[in-house]
Amino acid sequence: MSAGVVGDGSAPLPPFPAAAREALGDAQLRANLGNATHTIREKRNRVVAELADWEQLRAAASAIKADVLAHLERYLLQFEQAVSDAGGVVHWAADAAQANQIVLDVARAHQVTELVKVKSLTTDEIGLNAALAAGGVHAVETDLAELILQLDGDWSSHILVPAIHLNRTEIRDLFRRTIADQSVSDDPRELAEAARRYLRQKFLTAQMAVSGANFAVADSGTVCVVESEGNGRMCTTLPAVLVTIVGIEKLVPSFADLEVFLQLLPRSATGERMNPYTSLWTGMTPGDGPSEFHVILLDAGRTRVLADEVGRQALHCIRCSACLNVCPVYSRTGGHAYGSIYPGPIGAILTPQLYGIERAPTLPFASSLCGACYEVCPVAIDIPSVLLHLRAKAVAAGVAKPSERVAMATFGWLFGSRRRFSAAARLGRLGQRPFLRRGRIVKLPAPLSAWTRSRNLRPLADESFREWWERRR
Amino acid sequence: VRVALFITCIGDTVTPEVGRATVSVLERLGHEVVFPPEQTCCGQMHVNSGYRPGADRLAARFMEVFGGFEVIVSPSSSCVGTMRELYPELRGRLFELSELLVGRLGVTDVGARFAERVVYHPTCHSLRVTGVGDGPLALLRAVADLDLVELPDARECCGFGGTFAIKNADTSTAMAIDKCAAIVATGASVVTAVDSSCLLQIGGRLSREGAPVRAMHLAEILAQDASG
Repeated sequence: MSAGVVGDGSAPLPPFPAAAREALGDAQLRANLGNATHTIREKRNRVVAELADWEQLRAAASAIKADVLAHLERYLLQFEQAVSDAGGVVHWAADAAQANQIVLDVARAHQVTELVKVKSLTTDEIGLNAALAAGGVHAVETDLAELILQLDGDWSSHILVPAIHLNRTEIRDLFRRTIADQSVSDDPRELAEAARRYLRQKFLTAQMAVSGANFAVADSGTVCVVESEGNGRMCTTLPAVLVTIVGIEKLVPSFADLEVFLQLLPRSATGERMNPYTSLWTGMTPGDGPSEFHVILLDAGRTRVLADEVGRQALHCIRCSACLNVCPVYSRTGGHAYGSIYPGPIGAILTPQLYGIERAPTLPFASSLCGACYEVCPVAIDIPSVLLHLRAKAVAAGVAKPSERVAMATFGWLFGSRRRFSAAARLGRLGQRPFLRRGRIVKLPAPLSAWTRSRNLRPLADESFREWWERRR
Repeated sequence: VRVALFITCIGDTVTPEVGRATVSVLERLGHEVVFPPEQTCCGQMHVNSGYRPGADRLAARFMEVFGGFEVIVSPSSSCVGTMRELYPELRGRLFELSELLVGRLGVTDVGARFAERVVYHPTCHSLRVTGVGDGPLALLRAVADLDLVELPDARECCGFGGTFAIKNADTSTAMAIDKCAAIVATGASVVTAVDSSCLLQIGGRLSREGAPVRAMHLAEILAQDASG
């Protein structure tokens, strides 16, 4: 995992089906994931049911995001002006490398060799930690789960619960190897205390912090970060220098719009009515908080996504992860199978768009199109429709196997006439005879062996419906 | 009412008993069923697999065949939902069977008798795309002697998903295994749904496991005659 996806450069990600097979074989992972996703799912359902205007909130959020994307240039310039007026410095980064370089330059300007970080998917997406390390700057993750992954050399498998694939025994063993002594037990309280002691010293000595942003308010220049542990509040207030990296889709027009999102996000994400910490800051305040504040506005593929009329709704995402928790695929395979920092249903539409369909051609197909993701999405992203759209793009880009293309063309031709269709059914009936066992097909050659390896198949009927209908006349 | 039957490609060739049952139920209620012979497939497999030009041709063909009918019924919620999304003008004209019976014709008791313990799996498309609601349950509750039991985690996908079942066979199977375990645990002898495609997945897995549960389409249960 380097710049947000598995592998380097422009090579395609590992195909989802094979990565999923490996994950499905891990019984411990299956159990960890099944428990965790079901627990969050139920909490979410309970608190969402409390709000009578949930559907109106979703519609409002969707409309706000659509407006932002439709007038993005105006809102970005407005935000830039407001941040500058409030004493902040705004940078524009076209890609990951530019954004990373800006952070590194700020660090070097202050002779910083170690900085603290708020949990941020955007910084994972651009591979910030690796880029900083290459420049001699160590970034310390301060979110508990992110810290665990960093200590383990592992990477996130869930947008909100990055270490969801690990259980507390695995974490205890890791802490004994790294930041705690051998007496630490697998009691969550003791594990949290060990992390707290380690992090407290980092917070108190750090000269620089890096954060992402959940929301950026265009008309005031306010940045908003929501979190649960208080580490974000530490990072955004204690160090002298603060750099915030904002994907350009994170804007909202005005402060009042936060009312909508701050109701939707915690209920969808953690199943809480309110998240424990909501940090809001506008530029700088003399004598309070950081004395230098930088904002990096990041494109990194987003304008390309914006150009796609169907796909652009993926940019509405507020990273709540409700779609992951409810997804029958994600809750069985986990996040690593998706090969990207953005896993699950939203990842299946975001990764191919951000990185290019040719790099992630199997992700749009990593869904049974059950629609549970769309049902829970707090900003009403029609993920199944975008998946279909991206499948068509993938096929048009020529990623399908030749055998599949021939099969689909043949089916299309057969379905184009009732005579051909009926003749094919009659032929199929003859062809299937060698495979019949007591009225069932239990073994077929590839590619249909993928079905019969684990499931019996009903054969074509001896008499089709239309034959019966004709006979009945 | 004169009803045009859209049998679907799977319904024509693999599960013709579902079509026969649909005809039987509608005729028993005094309606006329017609079968436009030119029909083949609505193109959903092509849509779902990313073959849009092929899908568009088949969907247009569907409209040529069925465009002239006032009431169209199909025993497949997933094909109905797909076509209504592609052609909004089909709303109010193209119905999944339970929608036609309960919503349009106002019938819940179709005069069926079925002395089995039955569990209903609400398929994803019937829930979230076609939106058939509680009609199938109302129909099942009205069947004489039928013992309807609740399915835990009913709204969870069975893992079929069209070509997903082949392309992501391992994940699809993991989903089917969990669905079948939930079904078997209810002690039901029959699992029913309004999509033959999902029933191929569920029934295929149950059959492979040797589980004592049969997969039957809702139409087949409704066609069980109370008088016969």
